[in-house]
Amino acid sequence: MNELLKKLTEASGVSSAEKEVRILIRDLIAEHVDEWHVDAMGNLIALKSGTGAVDLRVMIDAHMDEVGLMVTNVDSSGLLRFDTVGGIDDRTLLGKVVQVGPQKITGVIGARPIHLLKANQRTSVVKCESMRIDIGAKNKTSAMGKVNIGDLANFITEYEELGPTAIGKAFDNRAGCAALIEILRGEPYPFDIIAAFTVQEEVGLRGAQVAAYGIKPDAAFVLESTPAYDLPTDQDISPNVVLGKGPAVYVMDRVTIQDPRLVSHIMRTAEKNEIPFQIRQPGGGSTNTAVIQAVHGGVPAATIAVPGRHAHTPNMMINLEDYTNFVKLTEATLHSVTPQLINRSI
Amino acid sequence: MKIFKLLKTLSETPGPSGFERRIADQISQIWEPFVDKITTDRVGSVFAVKSGSGTEPRPQLLLAAHMDEIGLMVTEVVNRDAYGFLRVTNVGGVDIRHLYSQPVVVHGRRDIHGVLASLPARMLPSERRNGPFGFEDLVVDPGLPMEILQELVDIGDFISFRQPLRKLMGKNVTGKALDNRASVAAVIICLEELQDRNHEWDIVAAATAQEETRLLGAYTGAFLQEPDAAVAIDVTFAKGAGLSEQGHPELNSGPGLDIGPNVHPGMYKALKSAAEAIEMDVSVGTHTRGSGTDAFGIQVARSGVPTGLVSIPLRYMHTMVETVNTKDVERTGRLLAEFITRLDSAFLTDIVKEMMEEED
Amino acid sequence: MNTLLKQLVETHGPSGFEDQIRDLILSEIEPFADTISVDSMGNLIATKKGQGDGFKIMIAAHMDEIGLMVSHISKEGFLRFTNIGGVSPLILTGNRVQFANGTLGVVYCEGKMFPKEVQPLEKYYIDVGAASKDDCPVQVGDAASFKREFVAQGDRLTSKSMDDRIGCYVAIETLKRLKNTPHDVYFVFSVQEEVGTRGAQAAANGILPDIGIAVDVTATGDLPESRILAVDLGAGPAIKVKDKGMIAHRDLVRAMRSCAEKEEIPYQLEVFEFGSTDARSIQISGPGSAAGCISIPCRYVHSQSETVDAKDVENAVKLLLSLLSGKIDL
Repeated sequence: MNELLKKLTEASGVSSAEKEVRILIRDLIAEHVDEWHVDAMGNLIALKSGTGAVDLRVMIDAHMDEVGLMVTNVDSSGLLRFDTVGGIDDRTLLGKVVQVGPQKITGVIGARPIHLLKANQRTSVVKCESMRIDIGAKNKTSAMGKVNIGDLANFITEYEELGPTAIGKAFDNRAGCAALIEILRGEPYPFDIIAAFTVQEEVGLRGAQVAAYGIKPDAAFVLESTPAYDLPTDQDISPNVVLGKGPAVYVMDRVTIQDPRLVSHIMRTAEKNEIPFQIRQPGGGSTNTAVIQAVHGGVPAATIAVPGRHAHTPNMMINLEDYTNFVKLTEATLHSVTPQLINRSI
Repeated sequence: MKIFKLLKTLSETPGPSGFERRIADQISQIWEPFVDKITTDRVGSVFAVKSGSGTEPRPQLLLAAHMDEIGLMVTEVVNRDAYGFLRVTNVGGVDIRHLYSQPVVVHGRRDIHGVLASLPARMLPSERRNGPFGFEDLVVDPGLPMEILQELVDIGDFISFRQPLRKLMGKNVTGKALDNRASVAAVIICLEELQDRNHEWDIVAAATAQEETRLLGAYTGAFLQEPDAAVAIDVTFAKGAGLSEQGHPELNSGPGLDIGPNVHPGMYKALKSAAEAIEMDVSVGTHTRGSGTDAFGIQVARSGVPTGLVSIPLRYMHTMVETVNTKDVERTGRLLAEFITRLDSAFLTDIVKEMMEEED
Repeated sequence: MNTLLKQLVETHGPSGFEDQIRDLILSEIEPFADTISVDSMGNLIATKKGQGDGFKIMIAAHMDEIGLMVSHISKEGFLRFTNIGGVSPLILTGNRVQFANGTLGVVYCEGKMFPKEVQPLEKYYIDVGAASKDDCPVQVGDAASFKREFVAQGDRLTSKSMDDRIGCYVAIETLKRLKNTPHDVYFVFSVQEEVGTRGAQAAANGILPDIGIAVDVTATGDLPESRILAVDLGAGPAIKVKDKGMIAHRDLVRAMRSCAEKEEIPYQLEVFEFGSTDARSIQISGPGSAAGCISIPCRYVHSQSETVDAKDVENAVKLLLSLLSGKIDL
């Protein structure tokens, strides 16, 4: 069992309330880095000094936060109104189990039973506003003793391995965090690595922006999880990425054209080291490269991602070999980054 | 008996309608010390007889709590490139709105874990983008290669939902299949209580099969056992998220007694008297056609059976977060035991006589 | 096969009016049954006594077919009707029907010759060539079945009423060929299945079997844009696990699969969401029975061109024979 993935995915860290994950990651890396600090937004930033052979500052970003819910109101019967934090389809929410707030109070997401709906209502998606988190409180006073308005709630899913794959919550992006932790635990690189475990990616790529500003890197790699849409279908369309064909290399998403020099470097590295990889469908989505690329006059940035099915639901799935190759590809890529790669001379 | 542990065992043992063997075995095991004889029938229901102390021939009361739960069934094994997936359909009235991302167990050649999944709405044909994901789009993703999946799973294999029983605040618990394992637990508590109390009538506890699909065990079980009277125990809608109208009980308000065409007035009266005798609060529920429970089937067996209906308040019925209060479960068990001890040789004639008496 | 089958499918016998088809089947099976009777609903029941030590098994194949019943005769002699069983307006326009007394009619829709939208049943009528109401050879309450001839192309057999005359054929053949069995087998050629499995309900309440097996058609999922279930024509008889009305007994399904595998009979597993069979009534009768169904894959069910594969039919007979000839482990 991959204990790192288990620990990381089971930890709580909804965007803006990443403390538990931050502390967990700090505990996992503290002995392996030269220094670490936490910035004003909550990003955990750590320095792994290089051998000095190459003069570069390379930032590696992995966002710590996960999508979840926030309690917006406690009604008189003790039920909690809530809103989604990050992009969650309403269809994901009904009938799921969550834990709320720092006291980790168990709650279930319920709505009016289907039997008591009119026939034409049964085929409608239940909206978030009609659902409540039920913690079993008798009334408002009783509930307020355990939870507060503003508390964040995350899904509860136990990590498990099913053979070639694993199920868990928040592979987006604890898988990226896990990979970054493994890199920090490995041998030093020719240059300094500044790891940024960033916050609030899911609500607007917020943490990475300030982290990059503070770090002032020469180049940046973002480690992510990207959705695999490889379920059965009659349509002849590309599934973004698929499980089992290796880590995914971004070329372009909705908000970034990944630096083509870095992109081809990653692909050449993969080919040279016989690491399987796939090209993530260009077009939609976003990663922290969008905000990193513009700081301080520009930073070349690229994204490597592990494919994850059922993104932004309580039960995501990754292929464990994809994860291993994800780590391998990132390590191999980093080891061969040179200043010439990103040089812009006329 | 520790109520949470009992409910946890009952809730987490698989037993979708038509595939009740495991829960049937589990229930038999738990019943064994409390009863005299355990049998099963052709459709999979389990019956346990506890003899009474009255002179023979003794009348017999049927206590029916259905043991089946809603679930799914494999309709096809399909693949996308190397990976295998399962297309499914419902067994019983699964609330389709909440299926997306639910974890399941597929009962193939061995049990396989998986999760219900779908392509995002924007990638579906336009006519299916707006509603909840239905069985045309949902698949079970077991994370396995097709060649392995094919060897393990067949069309027609049953699937149950996978959710541990959890505690909420107060004595509320939440999980799957509390419809109707909460009632099965209540019957067990009743049988346990009857160990130390005298009752004239024979009691036949029945864990009926396939209630969720067609009340099968109710019809066939009542025909087979030929009881003189019967009480069905099931769950009823409790106030909760999305449900706050009058007419539905709160959790922790005690058992519900139903009035309506499926319930013999004499049975309702007797259950009510039993509650009063032990100063137990109960709520009253109503139905105007079918009660949606085993009572409907039992009532019309052979020449008819005087039937009562006791309900445990439950939130979010037919989802994986069904929620009950354990005190309600215990109270229901105690109420049944009290009702049973009060049954005597005059009961049947009395309730028939009442049907001819003028109202005061 | 085809001679008997042609007679079976072409005979008139809508639900409730099965006399003609019952007579035909009776003459076919009489020499082979230990006892024969007809019950009050019209079910034809033929028994084969077992060597003992087995179960009481009811096999149900329904004799009735879907049809139309005259509800009104217009002044001009046109007949209005209601449906007997599941009749879609899509199979009516320009088709022909037959009545018990031999009268033939053409079914058509009032108004435009070729309306843009599908019209409901009420807008249809039957033309039997009557000049007026008084001149009409049929009356209100008379029942019609569709008229269409049986054709065979290689193994593909097409006709009206394969549902369920093909099941009757399988039951007849099984009855004829069944030599030794531990079970007391009741072959019930049932009535009124198409209007709610009513004949089987009465028969089962009388017989109270341990095991009930229906032999009926099921749809296929191998047509363009139409994968409604994972059953293909020609891939073998289907062992039904679940349909809209019942979930088959697990051990019975297992027993059927074992027989098929032992005898190397190809088979398919069936989960069908849109219809049911006599088995659902047998399952719930009396103290209940272990219920199952052997299905003949059939394209275009409830049209006049229901199509089965002769190999599937022969394999269904083999499977049923194999099952009945040996012990069944429940």
